[in-house]
Amino acid sequence: MSLGPYASFIVTSYALVTAVVLLLIIWIIADYRHQQARLKEIEASGVTRRSGRSAADIR
Amino acid sequence: MTLTDLANPTRFLALTTRILPWLAGATAILLAIGLYQSAMAPDDYQQGATVKIMFIHVPNAWLSMFVWGVMSVAALGTLVWRHPLADVAAKAAAPIGAAFTFLALVTGSLWGRPMWGTYWEWDARLTSVLILFLMYLGLMALWRAVEDPSRAARAAAVLTLVGAINIPIIKFSVDWWNTLHQPASVFRAGGSTLDKAFLWPLLVMAIAFSLLFITLHLAAMRNEILRRRVRSLQMMQASRTSEARTGLRDVTASKEIGAA
Repeated sequence: MSLGPYASFIVTSYALVTAVVLLLIIWIIADYRHQQARLKEIEASGVTRRSGRSAADIR
Repeated sequence: MTLTDLANPTRFLALTTRILPWLAGATAILLAIGLYQSAMAPDDYQQGATVKIMFIHVPNAWLSMFVWGVMSVAALGTLVWRHPLADVAAKAAAPIGAAFTFLALVTGSLWGRPMWGTYWEWDARLTSVLILFLMYLGLMALWRAVEDPSRAARAAAVLTLVGAINIPIIKFSVDWWNTLHQPASVFRAGGSTLDKAFLWPLLVMAIAFSLLFITLHLAAMRNEILRRRVRSLQMMQASRTSEARTGLRDVTASKEIGAA
C-alpha cells in the first residue's frame, strides 16, 4: 500500500484520531475508577444512601 | 425493562454494566473491519491516496453534528419533561462531541492542505464547524462554572437549544453559500455520488464511530451519575458534621449555664 507524496498528511490524520480516541477512553475509565474510590471512601466514613444500598454498587 | 424504567438511575447503571462490554466489543470489531477496508480502498483518480482521510474525517464531521442533536433532545428532556437523566446525558455527551468536532476540523485541515493548497479558509462550512466547536467548549465551561447542578442544567439546556440553530447552517452552508468545501456527496437527493469502493468503507467507519460514541456516552453517563451520588453523599456528610457541631455547642452552653 503506497500512500504517495502526501503520506505525512494521511499518517498524521490517522495518528491524531487514534490518540484523541485513546485519550477519551483512558479519561473515561480513570474518571470511573476515581468516582468509585470516592464513593467507597465516603461510605467507609459511615455516610450511606437512604435506600441503604451501596452507592458504588451499580449491578 | 421498559423505557420508563431507565428514568431510574440505578436501573440505568445496571443496564450500562450489562451492555457496555458488548458495545465495546462490537465497536472494536467494526473499527477493525472499517480500517482494513479503508486501507484496501483504491486511490482516487484526482486525490490519490489522500482520499483515505475521508474515512475518518467524514464520520467525525457527522458525529460532531449528531452529538449536538442528542444534546438538544436531552435539553428538551431537561426543560420540558424534567427527566432525571436528561442533564446527565447532555453533560456526558459534550466533551465527546467536542473531541469529534476537533478531529473533524483538524483532519479536514490536513486533507485541505494537499487538495486545496491551504489548511484553513474562512468559508461558511469551516467557520460554522469552528463555531460549533467553540459552543461545545462554552457549554462545558458553563457546567463547570455554575455550582448548583439544577441551575446549570437549565442554563445549559437553553444554550444547547439556541446553539442547535447552527446545525442546519452547517449542513446547508455548502448549498447556501459559495464555499471551498465540496457539497454533500453521500446523503443527497438523487443518491450518493461516491463509488461503492469508497462508499462501503465510509459507511462501515461511520457505523463504527457511531457505536464508539454510544459506548463512550453510556460510560460517561455512568460516571456522571456516580459523580452526583458523591456530591449528595458529601452534602449529607457535611450536614451531619454541622449537626454534630451544633449539638456539641448546645451541650457546652447548657453546662456553662448550669455552672453559673
